[in-house]
Amino acid sequence: MSKQIFLKLLVLMAVFALVATACGNDDSDAQGTATDSDPTSVPAENMDSDDMHDEVVAAFVYVGPVGDAGWTWAHNEGRRQAESATGASTPFVENVPEEGPDFRNFVVDFIENEQADVVFATSFGYMDAMEELAGEYPNVVFEHASGYKKNDTNFGNYFGRMYQPRYLSGMAAGALTATNQIGYVAAFPIPEVLRGINAFTLGAQRVNPDVEVHVTWTFTWFDPAIEGDSARALLEAGADVIAMHQDSTAPGLAAQDAGARWVSYNSDMSAFAPDAFITAPIWNWGPYYTRVIEAVQDGSYEPGAYWGGMADGIVDLAPLADDVPEAVVAEIEQVRQALEAGTWDVFTGEIVDQDGNVVVAEGETMNDGDMLGMEFLVAGVVGSATG
Amino acid sequence: MSEAALVGLFVATVQFATLVYLAALGELFAERAGVLNLGVEGMMAMGAVSGFMVGLETGSPWAAFAAAIVVGALVGGLHALISVVLGADQVVSGLALTIGGVGLAAYVGRNVGGRIPETQFTDMSIAGLADIRWFGEIFFDQPPVVYLAVGLGLVSWFVLARTRLGLALRAVGESAPTTDAVGHSVMGLRVGAVMVGGAFAGGAGSFLSLYMAPGWVEGMVAGRGWIAVALVIFGAWHPGRLAFGALLFGFTLALQPRLQSFDIGLLGVQVNEISPALLGMMPFLLTVVVLVIISWRYRHRPSPAPADLGIAYRREER
Repeated sequence: MSKQIFLKLLVLMAVFALVATACGNDDSDAQGTATDSDPTSVPAENMDSDDMHDEVVAAFVYVGPVGDAGWTWAHNEGRRQAESATGASTPFVENVPEEGPDFRNFVVDFIENEQADVVFATSFGYMDAMEELAGEYPNVVFEHASGYKKNDTNFGNYFGRMYQPRYLSGMAAGALTATNQIGYVAAFPIPEVLRGINAFTLGAQRVNPDVEVHVTWTFTWFDPAIEGDSARALLEAGADVIAMHQDSTAPGLAAQDAGARWVSYNSDMSAFAPDAFITAPIWNWGPYYTRVIEAVQDGSYEPGAYWGGMADGIVDLAPLADDVPEAVVAEIEQVRQALEAGTWDVFTGEIVDQDGNVVVAEGETMNDGDMLGMEFLVAGVVGSATG
Repeated sequence: MSEAALVGLFVATVQFATLVYLAALGELFAERAGVLNLGVEGMMAMGAVSGFMVGLETGSPWAAFAAAIVVGALVGGLHALISVVLGADQVVSGLALTIGGVGLAAYVGRNVGGRIPETQFTDMSIAGLADIRWFGEIFFDQPPVVYLAVGLGLVSWFVLARTRLGLALRAVGESAPTTDAVGHSVMGLRVGAVMVGGAFAGGAGSFLSLYMAPGWVEGMVAGRGWIAVALVIFGAWHPGRLAFGALLFGFTLALQPRLQSFDIGLLGVQVNEISPALLGMMPFLLTVVVLVIISWRYRHRPSPAPADLGIAYRREER
């Protein structure tokens, strides 16, 4: 029998070794980056008394891999920009699940062992743990992307008005569809995604009133096989432009195979399907990260609920394909200027939902609260608002 | 519903079916030899990442596919080593392989995640047959891996049902002690079957990263290895019935995005109003239904499962 016990132990050790190998990846990356930065920078002046280290350390926690070409990739680009702009040290960790103790352990490790002064957490599900940690470490700044909780001293949240560049990308798509049917590979029926579909549709309708946007829900954030196949299904049903809300490039490859066009998301993915690519609403987190780290460096940090738009540069539109008609390029530029100047916003009436109800009256503009809780789809969208 | 959409539904059905069939066929070999391998998901992940990486290096989809097969066989060999040679618990070792394989794939592929693919399989029309209306596009204008899967299914059936090797493999799954007494090597047969299973799973993984969703990002296998494990039971350990099951599973996977755009009424229900979240459960509901049917059909006779499935064989403990 002792042999059996020995073998079971062996198997368990094998499991442990393999899992440890997988996790070790994160640690070594984080450590590697921490030592990458310049250790000779000048000490910041307004440090709290218990912070005896020289430079500001800004730690980043990512939900996905930095190689996803999408959401996490964009945050990591922002981190790198902020690092070179501020001279701060910026350790990070990838693939941290939203559930379970890992998130908390990584953050505590950053604070206790790497003297982190700021922690950026980049997924919605980290919110409650961030709130707790902010209470436990009053001298550390906690910044949470896409959440809604904050406090008055050291815990803020930040996000971007992605619906603004979505609207502009819809204008380009509306101009390039020949069948007047655009397919939208949608993730989950939540306000953020519905807001994106609506903004995109309103933009497409602005240049092409006959356009229909067909929505297919995948109930995934990242499953390339399903997302690519959903794009194929929409193309077979008659769409000749594909837009999307997930992190994968599969819908773009499907569009290119079918000779159709593609509006990607998160980052400029033109290299993946150059013939199909039209443009993309993209994230640009660098300026915000730089600003927060600078505020921590000079002691002027105050938590807020930041929802920046195109004017702040946190969201933007990737370069347009060459064949977008000149008149539409000019109109996109005009709308961009209005958005940046704050003289006009996307959800300005009259806006009618799928059932024909007026949701925003003529001349009125929807407030932030209603936008953040959006639950309807506008007229012209074919598909269900509840999945 | 247009003709293109209908044909597209079946084209996608065949491709999803190929993906799960290849992996399930490999698992069938292992299970017929009496070794349960719950590590299919991990072996597929390793196949997907190694196939993608070799594709980046060589630019050849076939070299990439071959590499995925070799890596799959080696990872499968790890399960064989632990559970067959050392006789450890097959369930524990298989689960370890899934967790470890998915993690190891993430580690190995950490620098190529999100890279632009250098190569991928393309559709291969079969002259003459591809022009047949509907059927041509569905069955004869597919990537070569689809034809390969059909061929492997036939060969597997032949080997298992009609050769002495197949007889020995099935025998070792039914009763390892008897097979041992006859003079066959229990360990050799089982290790071989598990490694063949790994090779098939590796190939299936690379079909994902070289055709269905070209590229590599961790987590892209997304549970399809588990569908393959369920399929073996669904197919009652028979390559032919397995193919039927794979097509049925493939159909439910292909249906999920397409039903949303089909404007058809069925028994007073608009099909495009059925929640895709419910449709996503279909393959798993189907598995439960089939398990119930199988256990009902075999209530008075022996189960189609290999009798020694999951039981490690140690000669000295007989």
